[in-house]
Amino acid sequence: MSNQTVLESEEKYSTARAYIKTFVEFSRLYRRNRMGVIGLCMLIFFVAVAILTPYLAPYDPTTTFSSAFLQPPSWTHLFGTNEAGQDLFSQVVYGTGPSLIIGFAAALIATTIGTLIGLTAGYFGQLIRDLLMRLTDFFLVIPALVLMIVLASIMSSGLTSIILAIGLVGWTGTARVVMSQTLSLREQTFVEASKASGAGDFYILRSHILPNVMPVAFAQTVLVVANSILYEATLTFLGLGNPAQITWGQILQFAFVSGAITTSWWYVLPPGISIMLVVLAFSLTGYSLDSIFNPRVRKI
Amino acid sequence: MVNVTYVAKKILGLLVTIFLVLSFNFYLFRILPGNPFTLLYRGASLPPEAKRDLNAQFGLDQPLWVQYLIYMRNTASGNFGISYQTHASVLGLVVPSLINTVVLLSVASAISIGGGILIGMIAAWRRGSRIDVTFSAATLVMYSMPTFWLGLVLLFVGVIYLGLPVGEMWTISFGTVDMLTQFADLMRHMILPLLTLVLGLVGQYVLVMKGALLDVFTEDYMITARAKGISNRKLLWDHGFRNAILPMMTLVALNLGLSIGGAIQTETVFSWPGMGLLIYRSILARDYPVLQGAFLMVTIAVIFANFIADMLYPFLDPRVASK
Amino acid sequence: MLRVEDLKTYYKTPQGFLKAVDGVSFTLEKGEILGLVGESACGKTTVALSTIRLLSPAAQVMGGKVLLHGEDLLEKTENEMRQVRWRNISIIFQGALNSLNPVLSVKQQIAEAILAHLHLSGEEVDTAINRLFTAVRLDPDRKRNYPHEFSGGMKQRVMIAMALACNPEVVIADEPTTALDVIVQRQILDLIRNLRDELHLSMILITHDLSVVAQLCDKVAIMYAGKIVEFGDIFTIFENPKHPYTQALLKSIPKMEATKARLSHIPGSVPDLTGEVPACRFYGRCQFGQRVCEEVEPKIEQSGPQSSVACHFWRSIEPR
Repeated sequence: MSNQTVLESEEKYSTARAYIKTFVEFSRLYRRNRMGVIGLCMLIFFVAVAILTPYLAPYDPTTTFSSAFLQPPSWTHLFGTNEAGQDLFSQVVYGTGPSLIIGFAAALIATTIGTLIGLTAGYFGQLIRDLLMRLTDFFLVIPALVLMIVLASIMSSGLTSIILAIGLVGWTGTARVVMSQTLSLREQTFVEASKASGAGDFYILRSHILPNVMPVAFAQTVLVVANSILYEATLTFLGLGNPAQITWGQILQFAFVSGAITTSWWYVLPPGISIMLVVLAFSLTGYSLDSIFNPRVRKI
Repeated sequence: MVNVTYVAKKILGLLVTIFLVLSFNFYLFRILPGNPFTLLYRGASLPPEAKRDLNAQFGLDQPLWVQYLIYMRNTASGNFGISYQTHASVLGLVVPSLINTVVLLSVASAISIGGGILIGMIAAWRRGSRIDVTFSAATLVMYSMPTFWLGLVLLFVGVIYLGLPVGEMWTISFGTVDMLTQFADLMRHMILPLLTLVLGLVGQYVLVMKGALLDVFTEDYMITARAKGISNRKLLWDHGFRNAILPMMTLVALNLGLSIGGAIQTETVFSWPGMGLLIYRSILARDYPVLQGAFLMVTIAVIFANFIADMLYPFLDPRVASK
Repeated sequence: MLRVEDLKTYYKTPQGFLKAVDGVSFTLEKGEILGLVGESACGKTTVALSTIRLLSPAAQVMGGKVLLHGEDLLEKTENEMRQVRWRNISIIFQGALNSLNPVLSVKQQIAEAILAHLHLSGEEVDTAINRLFTAVRLDPDRKRNYPHEFSGGMKQRVMIAMALACNPEVVIADEPTTALDVIVQRQILDLIRNLRDELHLSMILITHDLSVVAQLCDKVAIMYAGKIVEFGDIFTIFENPKHPYTQALLKSIPKMEATKARLSHIPGSVPDLTGEVPACRFYGRCQFGQRVCEEVEPKIEQSGPQSSVACHFWRSIEPR
């Protein structure tokens, strides 16, 4: 090998070691927050359920058991059955993956938009910042759920429209956080030094500001996922989802529309509790990440 | 006494925002796939006279900017279009629904804010105690629950175990009995949706009040106040509360949009005849004119409420009043 | 009148007890201004807060007595203390920036102090506030204004007026001029001097600024790292300081008339009061320090008719 390649591979090795060291340090910090650890464990549990769905669900969720309509929980049907005779336990298990994925996808769109807007508003001049702040305020004053409903119903119903609707509305929190972080980073000397040595704006944004903004943005993302899962459940419940796709919100929608809610508690409780636990898990994790990365957060 | 510049700026902001919302509303619904007639009338095909009529009224064969002006003129004069389903005036549907929602939401907000303030103050004053920890944990759990699901659970409990009525605002027709019985009937219908909304809202108010009060406790003027030898009650209220209420007010204003979301879900579950139920039904029927009108009304209502909060703020914070 | 005996106040920290005030004693007579001098974090403010028992939960008085007219304030219940505060001992804080409640008018805040201790009618309170404002050279019509409508110097005057509202016997002024610019500083100091002359105030003036002390005080207590190292009347302290720390402090004041020379300073820094401290806290920075200073704590000894000092070698040190 030439000298150059040896040097390069040495560099990569030490960079890798640096990453591992940072990660280990981070885990130690994180472990101090007991609530965050509990949240993370719950998350891992649900992700595991999502991955292992075919092994965990006793039946195919669409199979109808013609003799068992709206049966309360029993040993054959752990969560009972719905009005079409389908096993609810299997439905809830099968609903885990889609509920999580939709939440992730929507959150991804929201935080990408939010980060882009936040970076632009924080880095460039006063005029752009004012304009983008007005835009953010505008989106904040419009009731979020109403806007999502309008967007989702305009773009034919289904999962994609829900994901887009949530993503296009839910970026404001991330934008604000990223903007204030960018603003404070911009004033730091290493940015000035970079400019003095002739670096272009995009280079500075990409190599200096973005890496420092990522931790805060990441903590925000986790909280945004929590919100997105709630919104997905709500929008699906209101009838804007795809009936062929099982999510927890969809199960509740069927429960509501079929009128079974006043009679069958087993129909209503498991999907809702699942939503609650997942959102709780993301919230706990998100808050403890936030307290690590965001210096201004006070411990409640 | 109150700064004229402040009021003028806020009124200007109000008008600009309403204008922007109207424009936004216009473009939003023009993105709708399909021909422009789908927005106004849904049917297989239209007879040519009908088309001519609609063209005239809404200028559908004109360029977009002309349609925009016609839309603005229509909206300003109260013409929000006609419902697909009932062919009734959208405005006529939207206004009564809005009133019902305002009734429900204002009572719920009042209880949540009042409760949030009191509980938040207790939590801050007795920080770390069991009552504080319990409330904080309960808040987090409540926050993780979808509002509609909470409604479903309460509906189940209320109907099965308590025999409460469901749907509509009252069972007894208006005017047939005395005020008290009427009011009691209203309460029986309102208690469940009210409880759902309050449980969903109160947690956040508790957290913010507690946080604000804890921040205030670290301020210098608190030490001065203690040094003066005044009673604990005066300390908590005249100094603590009076200052902590400021960020609280900001949150209340910010939260209005989110409470609408909660109201929509609650009304759907309990069939409370408000905006939420109207929106839900218009989604099911793909009744776009109603949806558009409802969106507009709700947003303007929230903007107005924010404006009122802005107007009240100088009375609480003298620094804003004389800026 | 006010006698502090062997006051000890410690802060609880994860590393152990921080001995912020470790055996401080002094007396204050009627009509006297006592200066409590020392560098930052030497415990002066803690002493002040300890006398009126306004410490944060992390701090605790571990011993000693605070005797006001013979009564030990440390023995009183919280209810009793609430009556003593402001009525008998009031305090003016530094950094008037945030020492006043921003949402209440200045009049409301002073009235609150008055009504907590004296039974006066609304009219009498009003008159009293007018009188106070005039005494501090503020326009009484401005009493309805809010704190943000005053400048820094004016806010400090308001604080002074408020401190005098109940005719206290002792006023503690904690760095009253530190947050102000020099010109305003002068005005406030003049005001304090006038008030002292008119009202025969007894005052504890806490500061790190020796020039302020020179202008106002009758007696001075020099504090270092939680202990009083020298005490005496103002002339003795300035003209014949006995403790090495006092001497170094005086030397570090730049003089207008002197020839241009390097500013002298005291090398080193204050010891960490949570861990092991040398017996004489100044050991390590003191140019006269010897072995015995590290091991045996110097006791306060009488060095003159009105003065005392805590140093092993004070007799043999010649002032430079």
